[in-house]
Amino acid sequence: MSLNCKDLLGLEHLDKKDLQTILDAVKPFKSLFTRSVKKAPTLIGKTVVTLFYEPSTRTRNSFEIAAKRLSADVVNVAVSASSVVKGESLIDTGKTLEAMKADYIIIRHSLAGAPDILARNLNASIINAGDGFHEHPTQGLLDLYTMYEKKKKIEGLKVLLVGDIAHSRVAKSNIWALAKMGAEVAVSGPPTLIPENIKDLGVKIYYDLDEAVKKADVVNILRIQLERQQENLFPSVREYVELYQLTKERLGKAKAGVLIMHPGPMNRGIEISSEVADSPNAVINEQVTNGIAVRMAVLYLLKKRKNASSN
Amino acid sequence: MAEIILDARAFQDAIRAISTKIFGDNRNISDFAVVGIQSKGVFLAKRIISEIAKLANVKESEILFGTLDITLHRDDLDDFESDMPIIKDTVMPFDLNRKSIILIDDVLYTGRTVRAALDVLTDFGRPKSIQLAVLVDRGFRELPIEAKYVGVKYESKKFIKVDCKEADGEDKVLVS
Amino acid sequence: MRLQIKNIRIVDPSQNKDAVGDIFIEDGKIVSKFSGDGKFKIIDGSGKIAAPGLIDVHAHLREPGQEGKETIYTGTRSAAKGGITTVLCMPNTKPPIDNAPTVEFIIFKAQKEGVVNVFPIGCATRGSLGVELSEIGVLKKAGIVAVSDDGLPIMSSQIMRRTLEYTKMFKIPVISHSEDKELSKNGSMNEGKNSMILGIRGMPKQAEEVAISRDIMLAELTGGYLHLAHLSTEGSVDLVRQAKKKGVKITAETCPHYFTLTDDIVKVYDANTKMNPPLREERDVEAIKKGLADGTIDCIATDHAPHTQEEKNREFDLAPFGIIGFETMLSLVLNELVDKRVLSLSEAVAKMALNPAKIFNLESRGSLKEGSVADITIIDAKYSYEFTKESIFSKSKNSPFIGRKFKGGAVMTIVGGDIVWQK
Repeated sequence: MSLNCKDLLGLEHLDKKDLQTILDAVKPFKSLFTRSVKKAPTLIGKTVVTLFYEPSTRTRNSFEIAAKRLSADVVNVAVSASSVVKGESLIDTGKTLEAMKADYIIIRHSLAGAPDILARNLNASIINAGDGFHEHPTQGLLDLYTMYEKKKKIEGLKVLLVGDIAHSRVAKSNIWALAKMGAEVAVSGPPTLIPENIKDLGVKIYYDLDEAVKKADVVNILRIQLERQQENLFPSVREYVELYQLTKERLGKAKAGVLIMHPGPMNRGIEISSEVADSPNAVINEQVTNGIAVRMAVLYLLKKRKNASSN
Repeated sequence: MAEIILDARAFQDAIRAISTKIFGDNRNISDFAVVGIQSKGVFLAKRIISEIAKLANVKESEILFGTLDITLHRDDLDDFESDMPIIKDTVMPFDLNRKSIILIDDVLYTGRTVRAALDVLTDFGRPKSIQLAVLVDRGFRELPIEAKYVGVKYESKKFIKVDCKEADGEDKVLVS
Repeated sequence: MRLQIKNIRIVDPSQNKDAVGDIFIEDGKIVSKFSGDGKFKIIDGSGKIAAPGLIDVHAHLREPGQEGKETIYTGTRSAAKGGITTVLCMPNTKPPIDNAPTVEFIIFKAQKEGVVNVFPIGCATRGSLGVELSEIGVLKKAGIVAVSDDGLPIMSSQIMRRTLEYTKMFKIPVISHSEDKELSKNGSMNEGKNSMILGIRGMPKQAEEVAISRDIMLAELTGGYLHLAHLSTEGSVDLVRQAKKKGVKITAETCPHYFTLTDDIVKVYDANTKMNPPLREERDVEAIKKGLADGTIDCIATDHAPHTQEEKNREFDLAPFGIIGFETMLSLVLNELVDKRVLSLSEAVAKMALNPAKIFNLESRGSLKEGSVADITIIDAKYSYEFTKESIFSKSKNSPFIGRKFKGGAVMTIVGGDIVWQK
């Protein structure tokens, strides 16, 4: 089983076979969690650095647990947003970490393409943990795996993404993965938050959530960033809630076994009502558990450099 | 040219002999579990369970059975640049603590697989004892590990391949 | 020095000439024959082409103030290597060219250290802040040939109107980098499928077109002389075509990258593909070519914008806009326009020499007529080479064309009768 790449920058670059390889690899890692010792010496002696230019506890913790369960040494580097503009350049920071013999650098950055730039300039394996509005590939994979685990197949699955598609790296990674695996993807949100050319990726657009929700097998709700209101992309939270909150009433219009997903952290009462978040249809906590297993699988599968820690 | 060490009949005889010895040492079927190392060890473990069940006059399902994959515990993962080994299921549907574990593999050679398997087992708990059974002992150990139950000894640096009915259509052991 | 170039194909659109002949140069001028006897140097021009020296009407030489990126010394040598004999430099230096001493400094430096002609462009508004007009009369007297706020376009329609009106008396063009900065806010590349996929904020084509529409209307209102910089979209070409048909006094330029590349090459977040206006789409590239062919677009300029490796090799959004262009313009025009029969060689030369000289009133340039300044570009259409980073003369190496193979380019550049560069 192999992924023929040293870096995971985005799901755009993976094909169906790669995605299936990852899906197939997750289960044994997940089964580790049931043992009294939840770790394996797979990456013993390897150094994993999380380099986060944006605050995120969830994703960083998930990667840290994943790496630790594979016995890697984990170093967390948090960089304040201000030093993106001044201070040490991204490439210099990366080179410093490489000089400290980092084998994997997991990067979160507010600007698209930052992981690509590191990958181009460094030998270490770069894993994108979310870059600007570009991609969040491990989130896309864990969403894909959760759907696969619950629905047993991806092909033909009708998946609806709700919310701010334009500024969502989670949406982008979901769309790439799902489309490649043969799912039917639709999005719902106000036109200001949905780029028209998303259609070019084979995605259907619904401005009316009530209409969209009826057909879905899976509804993946995206977090709405409140600063979008300041950019005049929607007039008020009140109106957003009115039009796009997934409420119990709207859930009632969906198929009985519809899966409700959310990448977190949730704005309860804004994009999702508490009743829906806590309903039996919601698999939001399973997503978190699967996230660790998926990230372990990615760490295991990425192509290594020969003598990774000696140069 | 491949040379046959064990044909179908000798294969089955070896399984039976191993099973008889195991049952001779472990009379109480609720005190032990048979765990096969992925992938050929799993098939052999099932065979051994079936033999022991006959000897003990119990249903096969009454004998505890587990499967174990050592991939994540291998000591040579750094040698793989890409195309990582496939990880198979590790399933232990019982509590290992205070049980005797009969660990089954097809061929014992350097001892490294068994070393990894011991680590996996202890990740699940603290067994009372671990006993190793193999169909073929190839010699040339690199670690201080020995099998308690051995079907056949055949010292060789050549590759030894174990075929079994379930996976390969017939039972035989080949050296090439 | 006297120079005779023998047996060369002379392509001079100012005389509608495309014929093999000899060129005589004496005292820095083109003459029909040498006066009296005396020594002269002979150059064998057989198999080569002589064109009037190329004039780049849109470049950034960075001096004074940003000598880490480029200097007049390096920039003019880079231009000479690309067959360019005259450079019009934009005023976004530090300090900006909104005062006579800065104009004089650049002219002095160019004479002292430069190898090609340099004509400064002055700020249209003080500090290019778009608030109050520069002392354009003073600047004109000091030597500017046009005014522009280039990358900091005048957002106020009122001030743009005043600029177009006021400059009428000096008979110099107002160069407009037409962009609605509100529409393109925070953008780093063309808005479209690629920006959506890459997660980079887009700059819609309409940000350019809305501003061009306004500028055309203000040119119509004032009768001022508007020169539109670097057209990049199909819509812009259409707007200019209509306006010209209507008789509005405007001219327009484009740059080689806009008829060569699309935003597909932004895909790996290489900031050497980041410029403003951004690379557009295939239909725009085609429209630009059409606009060049039918005369809607009058000239081809480089928008040579050097930036250091440190500035460019970083997060795409944080890298500055702009690419270098002196050393690739001629080869790109030959390969992408002449070889592909978009323009004849003569038409191409007109867009890089004759038309720029006319638009910016550069007397006795852009032509090989008797009496003209002896600025000559010698071209070898069979000169095959790969454009490598190591070969670049500019102080900066920010080009998306590194690694590209060309057939045809400048092999000798003559400025005022002196050979300033040869292969």
